[in-house]
Amino acid sequence: MFEAQIKVTLKKTVADPQGQTIKHALESFGFASIDQVRMGKFITVTLKAKDSAAAKDESAKMCAKLLANPIIEDYSIEVKPL
Amino acid sequence: MRFGVVVFPGSNCDQDCFDVIKNALKQDVEFIWHKTTSVDGFDCIIIPGGFSYGDYLRCGAIARFSPIMESVIKFANNGGLVIGICNGFQVLLEAGLLPGAMMRNTNLHFICKYVDLKVDATDTPFSSGYNKGQVIRIPIAHNEGNYYIDDKGLAELKKNDQIVFRYVENPNGAIDDIAGIVNKNRNVLGLMPHPERCSEKALGSDDGLVVFKSILKWLDDRK
Repeated sequence: MFEAQIKVTLKKTVADPQGQTIKHALESFGFASIDQVRMGKFITVTLKAKDSAAAKDESAKMCAKLLANPIIEDYSIEVKPL
Repeated sequence: MRFGVVVFPGSNCDQDCFDVIKNALKQDVEFIWHKTTSVDGFDCIIIPGGFSYGDYLRCGAIARFSPIMESVIKFANNGGLVIGICNGFQVLLEAGLLPGAMMRNTNLHFICKYVDLKVDATDTPFSSGYNKGQVIRIPIAHNEGNYYIDDKGLAELKKNDQIVFRYVENPNGAIDDIAGIVNKNRNVLGLMPHPERCSEKALGSDDGLVVFKSILKWLDDRK
């Protein structure tokens, strides 16, 4: 069994209103050093696969099909054995 | 003419669309449950607003894989008229029937109010009853209406005159003030404002009825 940890983030070229708002809130608490805040999604999928390469491959298919919208989002996947 | 209103779990503007077609437009209309696999016999398909599948993951992302959508995509690719309103627009974007994607409103608020729209394209089955440049008032009610498309896609939309409705005062950050677009073949419309909520004078405005009357005229002209 493997666990795929999938990060879905807005592309760098796409404005992120949530990240902007979080940045402003943090700054209002006195965190003056912030350059940028970007908001994304974190998804874990546990799955059966013959090895971690196969688990990663399967997870990438899930991202392409459903988990990310390629028009506005990028994704990254890390797989670890359970 | 026979209209079909698709119903997903979480649709909540389906009854309004049904009512407008039946009582204001006086045409045949049926609900189509999302597990149905055929749209045979319908002249126009309406994907209504709401929160299909709770808007989980992304608005419209799960609904797009509902059994009914395969036949809606086929219907659209064969030239059938499809209109997606609000969440319906988001479903059509996710399904790839319309280009672009929807993001959260820039102010992060759910916005529910009447807005002024400018009609920029009247050469479509959905807007022929308006005058080019006419300003109409139609309500919006959404959290993710911030339309996004890359520069190349936007240039393509403009070149092909696919931008049908623009906000007079942009409420949500949508690129180029876009409120509604058609596909290249002009038989699929997606729009964030709700024409079905202002199609009877008793409700304060019937500016939206022109969308449905335009559809009917287009269908009548071809029968």
